[in-house]
Amino acid sequence: MKLTGAEIVWEVLRREGVKTVFGYPGGAILPTYDAMTKYPDIHHVLVRHEQGGTHMADGFARASGEVGVAIATSGPGATNMVTGIATAMMDSSPMVCITGQVGSKAIGTDAFQETDVTGVTLPVTKHNYLVTRADEIARTLREAFYIARSGRPGPVLVDITKDAQQSTAEYDWDAATPSLPGYRPDLHALPDEFERALDLINSAKRPLILAGQGIIRSNSSNLVLQIAEKAQIPVAMTLLGIGAIPAGHPLNLGMMGMHGEAWVNQAIQRADLLLAFGMRFDDRVTGNLKTYAQNAKKIHCEIDPSEVNKNVRVDVALIGDLNATLEEIGPGIKAVDRSEWVNAINELKGDAAVRDIQSLPDSGNLYAAHVINDIWRITKDVDPIVVTDVGQHQMWEAQYFRHERPRTLITSGGLGTMGFALPAAIGAKFARPEREIWVVAGDGGFQMTLAELATIVQEKIKVNIAIINNSYLGMVRQWQEFFYDKRYAATPMVSPDFVKLADAYGLLGLRVTERGQVADAVNRARAHDGTVVIDFRVQKEDAVFPMVPAGADLDNMIRRPKPVAPALPESEGDGEWEMPK
Amino acid sequence: MAKHILVAYVEDKPGVLNRVASLFRRRAFNIDSLTVGRTEKVGVSRMTIVMDTDDVGARRVESNLYKLVNVLRVDDITEIPAVVRDLALIKVAVNSGNRTEVLQLADVFRARVVDVDDRSLIMEITGAEDKITKVCDVLRPFGILSMVRTGVVAMRRGSDVTSEEPPLVPARIVTSAVDQSASDAVMSV
Repeated sequence: MKLTGAEIVWEVLRREGVKTVFGYPGGAILPTYDAMTKYPDIHHVLVRHEQGGTHMADGFARASGEVGVAIATSGPGATNMVTGIATAMMDSSPMVCITGQVGSKAIGTDAFQETDVTGVTLPVTKHNYLVTRADEIARTLREAFYIARSGRPGPVLVDITKDAQQSTAEYDWDAATPSLPGYRPDLHALPDEFERALDLINSAKRPLILAGQGIIRSNSSNLVLQIAEKAQIPVAMTLLGIGAIPAGHPLNLGMMGMHGEAWVNQAIQRADLLLAFGMRFDDRVTGNLKTYAQNAKKIHCEIDPSEVNKNVRVDVALIGDLNATLEEIGPGIKAVDRSEWVNAINELKGDAAVRDIQSLPDSGNLYAAHVINDIWRITKDVDPIVVTDVGQHQMWEAQYFRHERPRTLITSGGLGTMGFALPAAIGAKFARPEREIWVVAGDGGFQMTLAELATIVQEKIKVNIAIINNSYLGMVRQWQEFFYDKRYAATPMVSPDFVKLADAYGLLGLRVTERGQVADAVNRARAHDGTVVIDFRVQKEDAVFPMVPAGADLDNMIRRPKPVAPALPESEGDGEWEMPK
Repeated sequence: MAKHILVAYVEDKPGVLNRVASLFRRRAFNIDSLTVGRTEKVGVSRMTIVMDTDDVGARRVESNLYKLVNVLRVDDITEIPAVVRDLALIKVAVNSGNRTEVLQLADVFRARVVDVDDRSLIMEITGAEDKITKVCDVLRPFGILSMVRTGVVAMRRGSDVTSEEPPLVPARIVTSAVDQSASDAVMSV
């Protein structure tokens, strides 16, 4: 069947199962937008900025496990996508970005809105293509989807010249089968590695599972739980691993790393075996590499061979899809009584384990931790999807919102992209329209992409937006407080009146200044028919505890200040914190 | 740290050299030389990469190269018997007094003289890297006016033909010879 290149784009998207795309039109992509009118079964979401479009595609991918699709024009449209692409790359999110390019004859002439997009995005994509002929579009797009979703997922960009979109070619899905002789996502560890791994696991006295996002991506939560329960192995989670196993599970210790709880990091330092499942020993979870887990042998179960021995030298590497690896290794793991080790960690927890900020008397002040924990308590029966931005609120969310299911926390981990939350939540809503969605963002990050509120209005979707507003770029201010003698350079921040802002967009805006108003506002937001923006005016100079200073030993943490009065919860940092020696 | 020689078979497509070069820059891998050229097979190019690193470092380069979709196969031939050659063109300053001496030296090193005029001559020499370095040392007192080297190309000895097909299990991991260089990495922010 003869079709234009533009029509072929939509034909392939439809065959790949795409129902929603996030995009912004422009000159070089116009033929594709023109052809879109013939494909009403694919819904196009008009974004307000191409960065938002990529975060939406990313949020869609993380909520659904499917490939998210973003579209933009050449030049500035494509360069605006770079932050979103880099975000997806760092967090291994499957995404296909389609960009228009100037006509193939104009390439290299500095034509209007021409940018070397494949050059610009080369280091931040899993792979990218420049397509100059209509007859290459089908195969290239099929390859893009295949690469994006297979192996370690990631973003793939396809840059299509305007003349390739306009000219016609024979469209034949079957003839356009991907041809990727060098691409091998189906790696498998060597048999003797499995034997060595089992020897280490079955003889370990103090083993610990490090649960990363790979568990969620490979749908391996049940297998991990089975292994943990059978062999009595406690589990520590990375930020992106949150939700991989239920927060309430007795073997789940919580989050590790820079803002992980002290007992989790102490357990890592005392363990004699680390089982790293789909995580990559990021500097935020290891602290000082020289002193990291010196007592432990390490088994790295990882799909990407280049991650092995990158930061931490391991003893055994089980390369391949985590689900397949765990299926293979699971039966060989023996049931061993490790109650001594589990009890030892419980002892490390001590009082901290029973610290429930809810059970402590209310001092009347509004603290971010309270707000987030209250949202969790009120909504926990429906397991909402929470999409966070980057900064203090992100860490408090990780600490005080308890996620019981995979894919219920969506957050930018590796790149730490401020402005991620609102657009990513829009994408998540399109992936899971039946689910309750909460945006938890700071006043800084929210202002980076708040233009997407108009996208929400135009698409008539509902998300609940909690702005944790402390009038500072809080995490940076915290570093300035701890490491720069409280010189608050460029961190105090003025924001618009978020209630009026919501009103200007035709949305409901609420303001909360006291603890007693939180539940009411959350309930009102949930009951309201449309999107609601809640401006939580929280304590301005609060800090996230505990904290491992960058590059410090993992168990050498800045601890929560001792409460000034028993009535104050530990997290309310009115006391003096102590820098570790 | 030692010299490692990697041979990479890559798809002969636009931008592949850029992808490989960009990878080395991005991951801060230092390379001594990188050569690229066609092979006996249409659509397949071959790169020879020489770098100073340990086994774990070489394995990291190898596994990162495999992440490039256009890279078909990577072989670390450091420990494999192979013919390793570098080619250099060296323009040496000569005069009537020392021309004979330079020509004799060329003869000793089995270099070919490919151009002569009254004040200089160009020598073409092929061999292992250290041999060429030695020639340069010997010629330097006469005055090297210009020099160009191709970088190393390599081919394993014997009648085994290396396929450019990717191996089924590129998941080879170096776990022995643990050194702490990675641990010395300076922490960011």
